[in-house]
Amino acid sequence: MISANLSAIFYLISGVLFILALRGLSSPETSRQGNFFGILGMIIAITVTFLSIGNFSSGFIFVLIFLLLGGLIGAYIAYKIPMTAMPELVAGFHSLVGLAAVFVAISAFLNPDAFNLGSPGNIKLGSLIEMSIGAAVGAITFSGSIIAFLKLQGIMSGSPITFKGQHPLNAIILISIVALIYLLCSSQSSHLFWILLTVSFLIGFLLIIPIGGADMPVVISMLNSYSGWAAAGIGFTLENTALIITGALVGSSGAILSYIMCKGMNRSFFNVILGGFGATEQSSSSKSKEQRPVKSGNADDAAFLMKNASSVIIVPGYGMAVAQAQHALREMVDTLKKNDIKVSYAIHPVAGRMPGHMNVLLAEANVPYDEVFELEEINNDFANADVAFVIGANDVTNPVAKTDPQSPIYGMPVLDVEKCKSVLFVKRSLSPGYAGIDNDLFYKENTLMLFADAKKMTEDITKNL
Amino acid sequence: MEIDPFIFRLSIFILSIFIGYYVVWSVTPSLHTPLMSVTNAISSVIIVGAIIAGLSGNSESVFNHSSVFGFLAISLAAINIFGGFLVTQRMLAMYKKKKKDKK
Repeated sequence: MISANLSAIFYLISGVLFILALRGLSSPETSRQGNFFGILGMIIAITVTFLSIGNFSSGFIFVLIFLLLGGLIGAYIAYKIPMTAMPELVAGFHSLVGLAAVFVAISAFLNPDAFNLGSPGNIKLGSLIEMSIGAAVGAITFSGSIIAFLKLQGIMSGSPITFKGQHPLNAIILISIVALIYLLCSSQSSHLFWILLTVSFLIGFLLIIPIGGADMPVVISMLNSYSGWAAAGIGFTLENTALIITGALVGSSGAILSYIMCKGMNRSFFNVILGGFGATEQSSSSKSKEQRPVKSGNADDAAFLMKNASSVIIVPGYGMAVAQAQHALREMVDTLKKNDIKVSYAIHPVAGRMPGHMNVLLAEANVPYDEVFELEEINNDFANADVAFVIGANDVTNPVAKTDPQSPIYGMPVLDVEKCKSVLFVKRSLSPGYAGIDNDLFYKENTLMLFADAKKMTEDITKNL
Repeated sequence: MEIDPFIFRLSIFILSIFIGYYVVWSVTPSLHTPLMSVTNAISSVIIVGAIIAGLSGNSESVFNHSSVFGFLAISLAAINIFGGFLVTQRMLAMYKKKKKDKK
């Protein structure tokens, strides 16, 4: 058994190691070391917890069993999961953090003696407030992440689910959560604690259902943030520095990512959270739909265009992930490079279904990360490039965002694909993208549409090169 | 007058938010996915609360209504810790630089 002061120092050390873990991610070279710091911090935190309790009776064996059981499941998932499923995985993991926070809060509420928080029915007021906030945020994280997971996995439709009176209902529930926490703290009633949990689960569910598939980057980041705040709430209850530091880090990390994603779509955070984007816009676009001529081509034409180019910029989007085309794409690029054609990749901040989604997929396909550029870095290069190869992206290239103030995506930063000498669009059909608006680029003189599955088309092009 | 320990914890919390703010802004956008998976893993340090809860039973009854929730939370957090760190490791191992010497 070690003293409370000593264990507090060790928790502080593990908190610092977690900070270093995030710091390492500032560049790919230091990132692996950063991850190692994170693992070290976790080992210290867990070991110190065992030592400070100093109870190695039969309960200890069960703790180890459950720890190993969870660890085996986690390790199995980590090795089996395909990189394209990363958004679902992260959403799933968020839900587990949320649920774990809820369970710890329940346990502390039922047996406050074990946590030095008072006795049942007479829990210290401060602890009870922290505990109920942690539990409520944890419950919201859990049910919200489950919905996000189901939408990303395609089990639940990605289109927004909206109904009349949705926003007033949510507002009432949120107010009632605050009221419940107040009543719970003044009465210490266990009934109110269970009601609070149920209502929080419900609101998490209701908050996420109206948000559509392509807004998922914001949702995942937001839930990431919530899971941090939930952990911090529990950290205050347990008076544990490691948890408080980590909760604050994760909370602000998720908040920053949500902000970056919102900026990438030029939408306010509340606009995304209130949801229903895709559903409201579809009606207006169907009216204005007229038949315009498009040039469509085949793999042979595309190969010809690229063979005669001296520089090519690739613009990947969610469609590449769906078609699992990243490896085929890399092979195509290898062939291009053999012909001394300069190739780079342009990534829009909201391409894919989570922050950095495209970068991971390209890294998986062995694309060196110094060939992959962010929007601001590469946008000026389109004017000098010969061919833009757009694979599975749509709205993020739509020039209407710069020209038409009426358009729902007006003001969104877009890749200046139209400035290239020619544009190749790999797409299954002419259907509009997530925002429900037509892309003018399809009808441009210098655009060639390649209607096919992204993977098959890239393979065919490689054959023709 | 003595300062409530809560104030100290609040100070740590607020300062950590600022550290988080600056550290996360310096994360390169291409590593945002590993950032999410690693934050996921470290927020599972909530397992320390779960372990306290799991060990709250006495020697006669390891399982009581409170420790059961603790054991469940241990498993959930452990899935996240192992899964989160390992999947981050797997992703980071894929980020490679261009080979300088062309064959």
